[in-house]
Amino acid sequence: MAAVQETVDRVRRIDVDQYRYGFETVIESDKAPKGLSEDTVRFISAKKNEPAWMLEWRLEAYRRWLTMTEPKWARVNYPKIDYQDLYYYSAPKPKKQISSLDEIDPEILKTYEKLGIPLREVEVLEGVVRPEGERRIAVDAVFDSVSVATTFQKELKQAGVIFMPISEAIREHPDLVKKYLGTVVPTSDNYFATLNSAVFSDGSFVYVPPGVRCPMELSTYFRINERNTGQFERTLIIADKGAYVSYLEGCTAPQRDENQLHAAVVELVTLDDAEIKYSTVQNWYPGNSEGVGGIYNFVTKRGDCRGNNSKISWTQVETGSAITWKYPSCILRGDNSRGEFYSIAISNGHQQVDSGTKMIHLGKNTTSRIISKGIAAGVSQNTYRGLVTAHRKATGARNFTACDSLLIGDKCGAHTVPYIEAKNSSALFEHEATTSKISEDVLFYCVQRGLSQEEAVGLVVNGFVKDVLQQLPMEFAVEAQKLISISLEGSVG
Amino acid sequence: MPLLEVKNLQVRVEEREILHGLSLTVNKGEVHAIMGPNGSGKSTLSHVIAGKPGYEVTGGEILFNGEDLLEMSPDARAAKGVFLAFQYPVEIPGVATMTFLRTALNAQRKARGEGEYSTPDFLKKVREVAARLNIPQEMLRRGVNVGFSGGEKKRNEVLQMALFEPSLCILDEMDSGLDIDALRVAADGVNALRSPDRAMVVITHYQRLLNYIVPDFVHVMSKGRVVKSGGKELALELEASGYAQFEDAA
Ligand SMILES: Nc1ncnc2c1ncn2[C@@H]1O[C@H](COP(=O)(O)OP(=O)(O)OP(=O)(O)O)[C@@H](O)[C@H]1O
Ligand SMILES: [Mg+2]
Repeated sequence: MAAVQETVDRVRRIDVDQYRYGFETVIESDKAPKGLSEDTVRFISAKKNEPAWMLEWRLEAYRRWLTMTEPKWARVNYPKIDYQDLYYYSAPKPKKQISSLDEIDPEILKTYEKLGIPLREVEVLEGVVRPEGERRIAVDAVFDSVSVATTFQKELKQAGVIFMPISEAIREHPDLVKKYLGTVVPTSDNYFATLNSAVFSDGSFVYVPPGVRCPMELSTYFRINERNTGQFERTLIIADKGAYVSYLEGCTAPQRDENQLHAAVVELVTLDDAEIKYSTVQNWYPGNSEGVGGIYNFVTKRGDCRGNNSKISWTQVETGSAITWKYPSCILRGDNSRGEFYSIAISNGHQQVDSGTKMIHLGKNTTSRIISKGIAAGVSQNTYRGLVTAHRKATGARNFTACDSLLIGDKCGAHTVPYIEAKNSSALFEHEATTSKISEDVLFYCVQRGLSQEEAVGLVVNGFVKDVLQQLPMEFAVEAQKLISISLEGSVG
Repeated sequence: MPLLEVKNLQVRVEEREILHGLSLTVNKGEVHAIMGPNGSGKSTLSHVIAGKPGYEVTGGEILFNGEDLLEMSPDARAAKGVFLAFQYPVEIPGVATMTFLRTALNAQRKARGEGEYSTPDFLKKVREVAARLNIPQEMLRRGVNVGFSGGEKKRNEVLQMALFEPSLCILDEMDSGLDIDALRVAADGVNALRSPDRAMVVITHYQRLLNYIVPDFVHVMSKGRVVKSGGKELALELEASGYAQFEDAA
């Protein structure tokens, strides 16, 4: 039986009225009909008022997808996904406007509090209406599949920075979108990326013009609020010559009990002397203690250092999802370009993580650095999978890789799968890897000094990942640190 | 009421009995030394008092201020005032000593229902204590015990003792691996903490330490029991004649 069948049955019972009028009327509704077909693609495109070229682009991807098969090489196991059993589009329920946080479910507030998310941010996330303030983080909140809140547009506009939902960018900046969309992750790239290309719902678009340093950190909170809706975010960020932008992506998903497919695509482009710093804190629902439910997270993230002396840096803190399949990568095309990948991947309970990076050295004197920290607890499996290659012409390429794994308990597994290919003799690649078990003596030392067992694990783990946490912007680092402790709750007896 | 009362304690490790009915009474204000040959069970006793997992108590009891210590989690014991200075303090990479000290102190205070220290108050207190122990500020920014010399690690233990103000300090071979100067600094730190409200249990092999930390009582352990107790002169006696005479007593 398909993993989502039960859910689908339940949803069908609830939603039967909504769909009995068929496709024509459904276009007025908030949800696409279940399943995937050309009609689904047309529906989504129509919902977004997309120009014809965009629909064509999607349809091409869809037809390509039909010819592809799901990749099987990752060390993850999950029941077969029935793609006809999913919904591919749902508009957000309009958020009820409220005037204060008192009107919000205390349980939800508790989660925010544990995470240490500032109340003002919670207000934005929860739709509290306040007068325009002095907030320094622009939040383009994605609730379900559609961006519903965009702030700080004015200040960004003054700097010439475009930051908007990609659905709007398609209408308002078609030339830019046409020029860059799919140029880093082609529609044919891989099964999940192709699926995303056909049905992506929304996401962020950022363009920073030449010489501009984006005046604030750009931040997007992704959340899934509706059950059984595949999430297909699409993000495109371009830093033009000499531009700089730091983008933060984070999500806190509420508890839920079905598998949810999430297949995002993120494309980054840096031209000459430009830099993009992309940080993620990922906390999708990981499933319950028996391993039931949880998000399936199949993500394609890739950056193209297209210009000389450009730089792309990925930092990720992965704590959520039942399945994580994710390899933020850098194509180091421009001479002297630099790619960085800093990762913390935590798996607990029944989570399965297969994550890592690819550093593709094409230009001369390109450098890359990979720092990966994997932490496995419970009965989880945590795999680092990395590829570093140097092209014939990539003379003077340099890579440093350090992969450290920490095991908590003896029922979990950590695996390191590095691939290294140097096609020219001047490339210099260094690789270090360690695997260790969290030490009982260290835990007892902490506990003897008054920390609870869980606090002790949190502290030791935070020490283990410190090098990576330091790469995160300040406010995110604090949040991530808390998240790490929360995600390891119950990992020790 | 005694601060610590160990009554007829029997402890097993992996099916083997290590402590065979050990008794020890410690009152506030007292300093007790425990001596005894390798493997006699000194560290085992300290671990069981502190609540280290892996030991099975098969008989007897431990009372702390009249409360059943064995019922409490190790962190609860710490919050109640039990402090164990380890023979080999562990390293915790990536966790700044300062962060560790604050986290631990606030965890203890929280458990006791006291308010957390504010950052300035905390810093002031640490700086004060660190200065007394000759601990440079730079050391506090480093990872807990990471790259510390043997002497620095021991001083860091004493620093925590001074900071947490426990009512019972157990020092397990704090003299091992210390040169004479380091020993003196650490011992001075310990002596400064002697108080009518606090008791110390000093585990050592050598009389030398007891020249610096002069005990009120000396106990000789052998094969999982206290086989002889006396005043500080007992330590001198041991230094002269060794443990052999007591082995038979056990
Ligand atoms: N985890 C363990 N598993 C098996 N035996 C143990 C364990 N821990 C302690 N023992 C045994 O218990 C006995 C007492 O050990 P303990 O470390 O308490 O002695 P000690 O008096 O502290 O010795 P030392 O002076 O060498 O530090 C020894 O025989 C030791 O081998
Ligand atoms: Mg010992």
